[in-house]
Amino acid sequence: MIHLTIDDKSIEVPAGTTVLEAARQLDIDIPTLCYDSRLKPYGACRLCIVEIAGFPKPVTSCTTPAADNMVVRTNSALLHRLRKTTIELLLSDHPNDCMVCVRSGDCTLQELAYLYDVRENRFSGGMRDHNRPDANPFIQRDQNKCVMCGLCVRVCEEVQGVGAIGYSNRGFEAKVCPPFEKDLNCEFCGQCVSVCPTGALSGKMWAGQPRQEGVKLTDSTCTYCGCGCNITLHSHGDRLIRVSSKKTSHNRGWLCVKGRFGYDFVNRGDRLTTPLIRREKGGALEPASWDEAVQFVVTRMAGIKEKHGPDALAGLASARCTNEENYLFQKFFRSVIGTNNIDHCARY
Amino acid sequence: MNSEITVNVCLGTGGIAAGSEMVMEEFRKEFETAGVKNAKFGDRCKIHKVGCRGFCARDVLVDVSVGDKTWTYQYIQPEMVKRIVKDHVLGRQPITEWLVGDDYHTFHDNQKKVILGDLGKIDPESIEEYVAVAGYTAARKALTQMTPAEIIETMKKSGLRGRGGAGFPTGLKWSFCAANESDDRYIICNADEGDPGAFMDRSVVEGNPHAVLEGMIIGAYAIGATHGYVYIRAEYPLAVNRLNMALEQAKEKGFLGKKLFGTSFDFDIKVKLGAGAFVCGEETALIASIEGERGMPRAKPPFPANKGLWGKPTIINNVETLANIPAIINRGAEWFASIGSEKSKGTKVIALTGKIRNTGLIEIPMGTPLKDIIFNIGGGIEGDKLFKAVQTGGPSGGCIPQQHIDLPVDYEGLKSVGSMMGSGGMVVLDETDCMVNISKFFLEFTQAESCGKCVPCRIGTKRLLEILTRITEGNGRKGDIELLQELAEDVRDSSLCGLGMSAPNPVLSTLKYFRHEYEAHINQKKCPAKVCNKLLTFFIREDMCVGCGMCAKACSVAAITGEKKKPHHIDSSLCIKCGSCFDACKFSAVLKE
Ligand SMILES: Cc1cc2nc3c(=O)[nH]c(=O)nc-3n(C[C@H](O)[C@H](O)[C@H](O)COP(=O)(O)O)c2cc1C
Ligand code: SF4
Ligand code: SF4
Ligand code: SF4
Ligand code: FES
Repeated sequence: MIHLTIDDKSIEVPAGTTVLEAARQLDIDIPTLCYDSRLKPYGACRLCIVEIAGFPKPVTSCTTPAADNMVVRTNSALLHRLRKTTIELLLSDHPNDCMVCVRSGDCTLQELAYLYDVRENRFSGGMRDHNRPDANPFIQRDQNKCVMCGLCVRVCEEVQGVGAIGYSNRGFEAKVCPPFEKDLNCEFCGQCVSVCPTGALSGKMWAGQPRQEGVKLTDSTCTYCGCGCNITLHSHGDRLIRVSSKKTSHNRGWLCVKGRFGYDFVNRGDRLTTPLIRREKGGALEPASWDEAVQFVVTRMAGIKEKHGPDALAGLASARCTNEENYLFQKFFRSVIGTNNIDHCARY
Repeated sequence: MNSEITVNVCLGTGGIAAGSEMVMEEFRKEFETAGVKNAKFGDRCKIHKVGCRGFCARDVLVDVSVGDKTWTYQYIQPEMVKRIVKDHVLGRQPITEWLVGDDYHTFHDNQKKVILGDLGKIDPESIEEYVAVAGYTAARKALTQMTPAEIIETMKKSGLRGRGGAGFPTGLKWSFCAANESDDRYIICNADEGDPGAFMDRSVVEGNPHAVLEGMIIGAYAIGATHGYVYIRAEYPLAVNRLNMALEQAKEKGFLGKKLFGTSFDFDIKVKLGAGAFVCGEETALIASIEGERGMPRAKPPFPANKGLWGKPTIINNVETLANIPAIINRGAEWFASIGSEKSKGTKVIALTGKIRNTGLIEIPMGTPLKDIIFNIGGGIEGDKLFKAVQTGGPSGGCIPQQHIDLPVDYEGLKSVGSMMGSGGMVVLDETDCMVNISKFFLEFTQAESCGKCVPCRIGTKRLLEILTRITEGNGRKGDIELLQELAEDVRDSSLCGLGMSAPNPVLSTLKYFRHEYEAHINQKKCPAKVCNKLLTFFIREDMCVGCGMCAKACSVAAITGEKKKPHHIDSSLCIKCGSCFDACKFSAVLKE
């Protein structure tokens, strides 16, 4: 174990812990923009700088491993000045349109600007213009709002293993984009969207929907597959307007394209809300209660088994069920119905 | 008097640019036609290509040696060859008016050549010639008679420090790397050399590639690396070519490959071409580039010596650092430590450029006073103008003014006045250079070469450049000096890598020593050195103007009028101050004030 002191508080952490992680354990707040505990440290935003006794100049706490007897200061006039300059520089190249930005109220940059009281900008000057239409169906890219934290690039590579986006250009004109600046064409898992600290990446279907006021958050479980990722449903009135997932969930906040973006069916008028039964041959499907539907299935299956034997029945299980449910399903077919005619959609 | 005759022609990049390949061809032809080659002298007369000896301003340089006496010719062009062959080679009558003058000797005599000694003497494309000057004896000695620990100890004792910029002690760095438990290690030669105006490493690789390879072999053995890379920029085709040639030759001779010098040590070197990004000279970006990633620096720690290429302990050394190693092994740590100043040992190769008479590549003992370099070796300021400052360390360095002219040139000396050694660039500035414009020039470079990863460098250098630009264009505001100072300090103190940390140096050092020039630009809207066009008024002196009309033709906004053969006139309300007329007038009749 390593002992160190941060802002006069001492702490013991395992080797390999960074100064930032140690400070967070002590509930000491250090501003960050390019850090995500789920990804490798990157050291690009320079906001998490701290002063360490014996070091000639401030260092980034997200990349510096804690060492024995380190004495760390997370706040000083110098650190405040450097952080404020960095934030001011970022804002000097950022569209001033929080009023109409999808991330307003939930944006790290906006929060930092407020906390560091950046009003007038000493550095206003030329600005990038990297916005271009991207015809992909899910992800809105507003690259003029990008702070180049690299979180999207890293999550796509490190977590998703896809590497659909990278950097191009140098210096002030550096930007994040898909290869050859083409339209984004990837898995559309939206992991990148979920880590973006600004409005540079968002869901296309989020546009024009309520952001904060009147939005209700409900924790739930994704129904798309047996993994059962934890999700948070954002609803407004009787409409589902967004799906997110918390970092603290067992799926660590990561979702797939369906869980994250495939929710529009919920708001559809023609969505199925009760079982349907065709009561007469050739007749229409009619709404029924669950009791009636289950009873109907039981009666028909029993009839078939009696008349034609158990092998006249077959079961096809679904990947939307959990392992346990699938186990029970095959058990039901083998032991209760008495047939080995059992299969699963994921086999094809 | 049938003594041996050798004609040495400089085939460095400078020489080739001045036409040395044609000069060489001409010698070949003349020797053929004159029958020198076969009939008269047989094999005893040879034409020999050599690397850059440093005095590129005088290229093409040709040595004619007869027996042990050598004459050096300067500014040789192909059409002059005939006479040299006729008068000198055949007639034994040197052509005195074409020979180099005293300044050629002052240029060389005040230097100390450890690295550059064999450049200009041996054929860089011949391993035999390198071997003939004791080449690869150091590697043999190191591998067969010394333990890795002894080599590292020798490096430590020699006091050798990295020539790539930071001046980190080489032996210490090697010992860090060797101390790691690891199944594999790498050694990389950094030949990226991206500073504008720098050509030290390029000349060494072009002129003596085997010395660099030999240094790498010794380093590899000392740290236990079995693979090496030379990371060299693709814009150095001649260097790449000679390097590849040298690698082939060394492999053929068994100096690279398996079981070197009969020991059990295996070592191989690959060449990796850099695509010309300045930042790829930074060691972590260089590693990323070799790994196939975008060349962006990574946070340190971990340092490459502990976790570098492919996550393995890696040593990165500069070309010049490595080229010093064979000499240290052969001549001993004490010898090396006897050269130079207290904390900076050995020599330093410097690319001397700017407003100086003798531009070129020089090598001086560390600690040589600035004054000696500029006024002895360099021959003073061109055109007898007044010395103003010297810019050292490339885009990351600073400008040193007249008051520090006695400064010893070593790591500590340069640092103490807000500049740095960097890789060894030295640009001399005179009274006609505007210091605000100079810092703008360097900022243009660094802001374009920033990798864009971290905020202070990506946006900060851009904002610094914007402020400098508006000052040079007459739009400087009250408070701009303070703003520049603050922003420059903040970029320096919070950037991720050396590029951003040092990019503000030109601004900070000129603000320190030439603040009055900034003030004149901002407050009086004047450029004291008359460089910043937007702050000048252009006019024509009637008594000098012959009415040729060249200026009027050059003016894109038709601000100049006048009848043919009569004095012309500039309408200052139309003039956009582009300076085209100033450049166009052959009679110096256009003035700026
Ligand atoms: C922006 C930047 C560019 C650099 N370019 C070079 C270079 O072209 N050649 C070089 O040898 N070192 C360069 N360096 C220094 C290297 O990072 C590294 O310190 C050096 O190669 C180590 O070798 P040494 O110990 O032999 O000096 C550069 C550093 C920075 C920050
Ligand atoms: S949606 Fe997923 S796969 Fe596509 S770029 Fe983002 S992280 Fe990568
Ligand atoms: S798009 Fe978002 S996550 Fe990606 S680099 Fe820009 S700000 Fe960061
Ligand atoms: S200081 Fe500049 S070059 Fe270095 S990492 Fe930051 S942006 Fe890239
Ligand atoms: S959070 Fe450490 S540099 Fe961005």
